[in-house]
Amino acid sequence: MSFPILSLMLAIPAVAAVACLFLSASAARWTALAATLIDLALGVVLWTSFDVGGAQWQFVEYAPVFGRFAWALGIDGYALLLIALSVFLMPICIGASWQAIEKRVPEYMAAFLLTEVLMIGTFAAQDLFLFYIFFEAGLIPMFLIIGIWGGVNRIYASYKFFLYTLLGSLLMFIAMLYMSITAGTTSIPVLLNYDFPPQVQTWLWLAFFASFAVKMPMWPVHTWLPDAHVQAPTAGSVILAGVLLKLGGYGFLRFSLPMFPEASASLVWLVFGLSAVAVIYTSLVALVQSDMKKLIAYSSVAHMAIVTIGLFAFNAQGIEGAMMVMLGHGLVSGALFLCVGVIYDRLHTREISRYGGLAINMPRYAILFLLFTMASIGLPGTSNFVGELLSLMGTYKVSTTIALLCTTGIILGAAYMLYLYRRVVWGEITSEEVRAMPDLSARELWLLVPIAAAVLWMGVYPESFLAPMRKDTQILLARIERARPAGDSRPTKGTGIVPAAHAETPATGHEAPGSAH
Amino acid sequence: MDYAANLAMTLPELVLALGAIALMLVAAWGGPAATRAVSWTAVAVLAGACIALTGPASSGGSAFYGMYRADAFAAFAKVLIYAAAAVSIIMAPDFFKRTAGDNLRPEYPVLILLSACGMGIMVSASDLLMLYVGLELQSLAAYVLASFMRQDTRSAEAGLKYFVLGALASGILLYGISLVYGFTGSTLFDEVAGAYAAAPLTGNGKAIGLLFGLVFVFAGLAFKMSAVPFHMWTPDVYEGAPTPVTGFFASAPKVAAMALGVRVAVEAMGPAHDQWRQIVIFAALASILLGAVAAIGQQNIKRLLAYSSINNVGFALIGLAAGTPEGVASVMTYMAIYIVMTLGSFLVVLQMRDEDGQPVETIASLAGLSRSRPGLAAALAMFMFSLAGIPPLFGFYAKFAVFYAAVEAGLFPLAVVGIAMSVIGAYYYLRIVKTMYFDEPAAPYGRGDAVEGGLIAVAAVIISPLGYLLIPALTAWTLAAANSLF
Repeated sequence: MSFPILSLMLAIPAVAAVACLFLSASAARWTALAATLIDLALGVVLWTSFDVGGAQWQFVEYAPVFGRFAWALGIDGYALLLIALSVFLMPICIGASWQAIEKRVPEYMAAFLLTEVLMIGTFAAQDLFLFYIFFEAGLIPMFLIIGIWGGVNRIYASYKFFLYTLLGSLLMFIAMLYMSITAGTTSIPVLLNYDFPPQVQTWLWLAFFASFAVKMPMWPVHTWLPDAHVQAPTAGSVILAGVLLKLGGYGFLRFSLPMFPEASASLVWLVFGLSAVAVIYTSLVALVQSDMKKLIAYSSVAHMAIVTIGLFAFNAQGIEGAMMVMLGHGLVSGALFLCVGVIYDRLHTREISRYGGLAINMPRYAILFLLFTMASIGLPGTSNFVGELLSLMGTYKVSTTIALLCTTGIILGAAYMLYLYRRVVWGEITSEEVRAMPDLSARELWLLVPIAAAVLWMGVYPESFLAPMRKDTQILLARIERARPAGDSRPTKGTGIVPAAHAETPATGHEAPGSAH
Repeated sequence: MDYAANLAMTLPELVLALGAIALMLVAAWGGPAATRAVSWTAVAVLAGACIALTGPASSGGSAFYGMYRADAFAAFAKVLIYAAAAVSIIMAPDFFKRTAGDNLRPEYPVLILLSACGMGIMVSASDLLMLYVGLELQSLAAYVLASFMRQDTRSAEAGLKYFVLGALASGILLYGISLVYGFTGSTLFDEVAGAYAAAPLTGNGKAIGLLFGLVFVFAGLAFKMSAVPFHMWTPDVYEGAPTPVTGFFASAPKVAAMALGVRVAVEAMGPAHDQWRQIVIFAALASILLGAVAAIGQQNIKRLLAYSSINNVGFALIGLAAGTPEGVASVMTYMAIYIVMTLGSFLVVLQMRDEDGQPVETIASLAGLSRSRPGLAAALAMFMFSLAGIPPLFGFYAKFAVFYAAVEAGLFPLAVVGIAMSVIGAYYYLRIVKTMYFDEPAAPYGRGDAVEGGLIAVAAVIISPLGYLLIPALTAWTLAAANSLF
């Protein structure tokens, strides 16, 4: 067995979390930062030593210490990218909480480190129940983060977050029990190739859907998200939008599609329908928000709908696009929440109308905020453009109508994001307190600039991110090919542009068969 | 079979009975001054009974002409019972020392020993009358324990209520036993099972008599388990009884009643599986639902834990509904993990005292505990999340085991409805966590006892994710126990 790097990545934050509880506030901050940076370094090692195009599952660890299930870890390209996203955002979250969190710092840091353990564990788990444990356990630290360090209405939000997601996951748990009993194994790689009868698949699919749709979140079970985001502290929002929402998409990719291909194909209409409603409805809701965090939270729901349509397009563009949207959205929405956090720390309000004219006294902030706004809209050259384009292209092959409806989301996205930006950053400074706000500090630049660099990298050279998952997409497509729904698009080759000089020459055998007559 | 071999199989009960009688004499002559010595000797007697289990008592088979069964199942249940009884003795002195009015008397450990002896007979009984004798010995000791604080009216009320309702339940059980005896001609489990297998259970005449007997026996057992609809006594008794006694009630007798129910269901009425399964499923779902919904409005932590115990009995019954060896093993797994969580919770409740040492029982007094006593709050939060079955705490594995058995037996609707209702239960467990972590601090508690603190730490470590390492051993042990029934 090779060096257990995944276990090490889980152990470091876990040990640091326990240590934080016994330390002073400032020591806890430094411990948390050190632990997350070590994990980031290990994440870099993980990525550089990942053999692109090699074995499907790499860094595999297996120890049957739990009897009924095993400590089985291992990653493929999808998991690698999402783990990279988690370890990248984590030090930024700790940095964002450096001054904003003043009370009960050791517990706060412990909760965040625990969240990191559980996120990495969820992506790396290769055992059905190990996955479930990591997946579900994430509720506890998030419940505490929202409830202890959140805003005014934090208790309601924390309950709603907890109970909503719990109900969804429990149905999935029963489905997992059934799967492990029927297939006689709890190993995810084995289950990926196990064929459940189609009528059973539908029930299992619905049970998993109940969990992932809440986590994603899809309309109409998204209502916990705006509450949770608005009440959570800044770093909590970053991790919620950046990584925890990705668990839903990852679940669809890892379980629903490859394990239940027939059911996925027969229920595409459900996913597409809910996603189309989500894109348009939540975008319109975002337009009328007066609270910045709520606006970004609703925009997250719209972006996640682009992910779901891409995933259920059953083709390479759609699935890779969906992954790119997940990664891009993880960075961009995280950065936007940080941008909100920056000005919230100064003025202690999230009301859009209290701001205005920030470009005058906070130019560096204005530039970075502009970059992330544009990325959120999906401007070419930024991460989200790549993902949304691919995802919508994939969808177009299956359903022109849905692609049309969802593309309006991009236009609406431009509307609400630019409207937000205009109200907050442009115009004249109207109040003295806004005039007194200082520009970004060095610490805040350290938080935002790395994300900006990553966003541009993804936009300009997406190949770095597409390469690790290409082989996995091929494996997935080979698995679900048999159930692929027929698309309503009928691409036909055109006759081509006939050069003017030869206009009189009759067209010959080079044309497509469809136009031969 | 000679008497020596028979007695060897009942060695744990002999140790307990003789130990209890000897300690009663010490108590009679030594008076209150002997309390400390009697308590620790009682713990030693329980440890001795545990050691006695290693011999023929865990593998001997039938004793006394089939009236008593010494098998792995009984041994497993007895280990849990003795451990819970020992903890209940250890956690008593500090409570009574600080409470105004009543002092701890040496009768307390003696009564617990007698109760443990009765429970041992309950889980080993393979005859309906043997079962009844064990049950009564356990119950009579428990009635006295409930009213142990003689100057406290709530305690007296709890004892009286428990006695009256317990007598009613014993009557119901005895009536059921008499019907079963009348229609099968025997009180031995094996012969009863034979009669159930021989008679067609549909139609009229004899079949109706057998079914009525079954229903009454299960009703009487449901009372002892405090399963809905025979749960009414639980909140009042739990609230009124002294806290260490409540902790005892919530742990050891539950294990005994559950193990007894399993043995009766499988050994005596195994052929009538389809008939009792309906009763068990109803009791399971009703207990989960009522335990969850009724707990929401509670202001007193002991009442809340009473409803929590009703709720948990419901989950354990799901394993019994499966009716398979895996199902029985899952019930025992559930009870093993359950008593750790419950005793841990009651140990924390024992720490809830104001500055003068008087016990406080309101949930509101837990407010902000995470700031005044972070360790205690963290432990109680772990117990609550664990009781709610949230991973990565060990309580999740308890639920995992019972639902695994239910799904394996094909009981999908039961599994889905049961697990969906556990969300309601999660709500009130979360309320405790919320009170401790999110609310502004209330008046701080006085300092607690080091021994109790140590026990809380041990319980917390067992239900932490480290507990998952126990799964292979626990699985092997419970499966061996379950297989000895089939």
